Amino acid sequence: MTLKYISEYRDPILAKSLITKINQTSTRDAKLMEVCGTHTVAIAKHGIRTMMPPTVQLLSGPGCPVCVTANTDIDRAIELSKVDDVVITTFGDMMKVPGSYSSLAKEKAAGSDIRVVYSALDAVELAERTPEKRVVFLAVGFETTAPTIAASVIEAKKRGLKNFFIHAVHKTVPDALRALIESGEVKITGLILPGHVSAIIGTKPYLFLADEYHVPCVISGFEPLDVLQAIYMLVRQIESGEAKIEVQYRRGVLPDGNQVAVETMNKVFEPCDADWRAIGVIPGTGLKLREEYAEFDAVAAIEVELPPVREPKGCQCGEVLRGVLFPYQCKLFGKACTPEAPVGPCMVSSEGSCAAYYRYSDYPEATG
Amino acid sequence: MKQDTILLAHGSGGTLMHKLISGLFASKFSNPILDKLDDSATFELPPGRVSFSTDTYVVQPLMFRGGNIGKLAVCGTVNDVSAMGAEPMYLSCGFVIEEGLAVSELETILDSMVASAKEAGVLIVTGDTKVVEKGGADRLFINTAGVGVVRDGVDIGAAKAKIGDKILLSGTIGDHGIAVVSEREGLTFETAVESDCAPLNKMISSMLDVSRNVHCLRDPTRGGLASALNEFAAASDVGLHIIEDRVPVRDEVAGACELLGYDVFHVANEGKIVAIVEPADADAVLAAMKTSPYGVDAAIIGEVVDEPKGKVLVDTHFGSTRILDILVGEQLPRIC
Repeated sequence: MTLKYISEYRDPILAKSLITKINQTSTRDAKLMEVCGTHTVAIAKHGIRTMMPPTVQLLSGPGCPVCVTANTDIDRAIELSKVDDVVITTFGDMMKVPGSYSSLAKEKAAGSDIRVVYSALDAVELAERTPEKRVVFLAVGFETTAPTIAASVIEAKKRGLKNFFIHAVHKTVPDALRALIESGEVKITGLILPGHVSAIIGTKPYLFLADEYHVPCVISGFEPLDVLQAIYMLVRQIESGEAKIEVQYRRGVLPDGNQVAVETMNKVFEPCDADWRAIGVIPGTGLKLREEYAEFDAVAAIEVELPPVREPKGCQCGEVLRGVLFPYQCKLFGKACTPEAPVGPCMVSSEGSCAAYYRYSDYPEATG
Repeated sequence: MKQDTILLAHGSGGTLMHKLISGLFASKFSNPILDKLDDSATFELPPGRVSFSTDTYVVQPLMFRGGNIGKLAVCGTVNDVSAMGAEPMYLSCGFVIEEGLAVSELETILDSMVASAKEAGVLIVTGDTKVVEKGGADRLFINTAGVGVVRDGVDIGAAKAKIGDKILLSGTIGDHGIAVVSEREGLTFETAVESDCAPLNKMISSMLDVSRNVHCLRDPTRGGLASALNEFAAASDVGLHIIEDRVPVRDEVAGACELLGYDVFHVANEGKIVAIVEPADADAVLAAMKTSPYGVDAAIIGEVVDEPKGKVLVDTHFGSTRILDILVGEQLPRIC
């Protein structure tokens, strides 16, 4: 397989012209939050922050699904992994994320059967191959991963599997943004909305952001030119005093999203309250299995006792996730907390803000 | 009667072990030094400084596009010895075999070792085999060690980069890491990328033929090009300035890195060399690299600068400049 069209989205001449346009257009303060961790990485990796005029500030938001997974949910996965016949299957990103006392990586080293898979369907296959084990898939992610995980649950039901379960800790994006803006902690003047989530849900779930809160929004792709163009579109909205939901990522996002994916997701899951790390419980932003798929719920099927939840001392991931602090403003950043010895989740996940800032030295002291 | 799989008894010191050693290892690796089957190999080395290196190979899976664990075990050590400016001559190899490994698979791996040793012009002169019970190892681990003699007048070291020196790279990066990860069980991801695993001693020798002013040499394996460059920058207390557009990367590798979220500068290579060379000699060394089949894509990718000391800067294709840091944590376990 060959993936082409990378350099096309990194054309330096087009980039220069977009940067010039942003510089010429921007007069008002623009505090733009990129919601998605993939955007955070793209901005850091391509040095986009250094290309911005002083009026444009880029803040990172709560868009790394690994980072916003609550400690108690990780604690549960760890306790589940200690049950004799349980195999935990997970996306690789979750392995090193610290819970209250341990991480899946540490438990694996200590002897728990924990395996990295690239799709929930791999976990279904594993359950079918190993009927003597109970296979639990750690279902993390936003609307991007929920449909395929829903499809895997449907598949498990079709195959009549009794040893496949999911630990559903999904989060949904739009109402989390509402909570962030309602909190008023940070005055966000524009949102760079996640392209992949929006490819699933379309543009309509975001309309309230413009209509009720008058926040300009642009749904952006993930290549550097996409992000630059999205920033330019946001700057234009801000300058003209408009607030609307625009789509920069037209090659990926249709106004109605991906109806098949949404229907699959809705068939298996229904909304519930979700506990976001460092933000707290946000009503209606979780997904739980519907009654007819409840048999696949690991929480109900496999009882474990959870230890008391503990937050790491001094960790300011919460402030980072809410856009209150830049990662490098955390007292632990780069000192007590590095990707090799992470304290908080934002330094662990490849899409965590702290890891992205650290890895690409995207902070003032790094470049001196 | 030939056994189809390796049994515990193959490592027990008895008849099965004797058959395995004489029938398989000794006959395939046969050379006058090894054939004596003494407790250790004895040989003369030409005068000069000795370069001596060892490495253990645990790559999973054993077979991957462009090579296997055996080829890797020979090439890796040949390249490590060569990277000090030495001509590698003799290798040892130790095998840890998990019972149940198919003899046919072992034979394929040994054949690759023989072919790579022949290509590199080195002899495997001593070895050891242990068989462990199921679960005691993951199918097969190989250790190799190698010795060679450093060429007279050559003085290579990571701390020897000088401001103004040119940075040369022998070809495309990331091929090995992507080839291996695409073979991994559970990764339903296909690519035509082959591992670049190759013995580089002849190419390095031809580079040293044309210049005595190769200051640093390294084969950028685990941690990728980023690690090698950062080690040079730190050891020599200089800055390295790289132009991303000059670093050759296959389209398939670039695409796979995008999908998997890897930085290609961190992805492992097993058949590449990065060199820091006095500017006056850079073109000649580049031309020498290009005469090797493993150096056709060689390029000058940047130069050594005064500041920022100990860091590697990359001018990106996109027009920005970023610091290229070493890989933190693990990216791909067991790639070599």
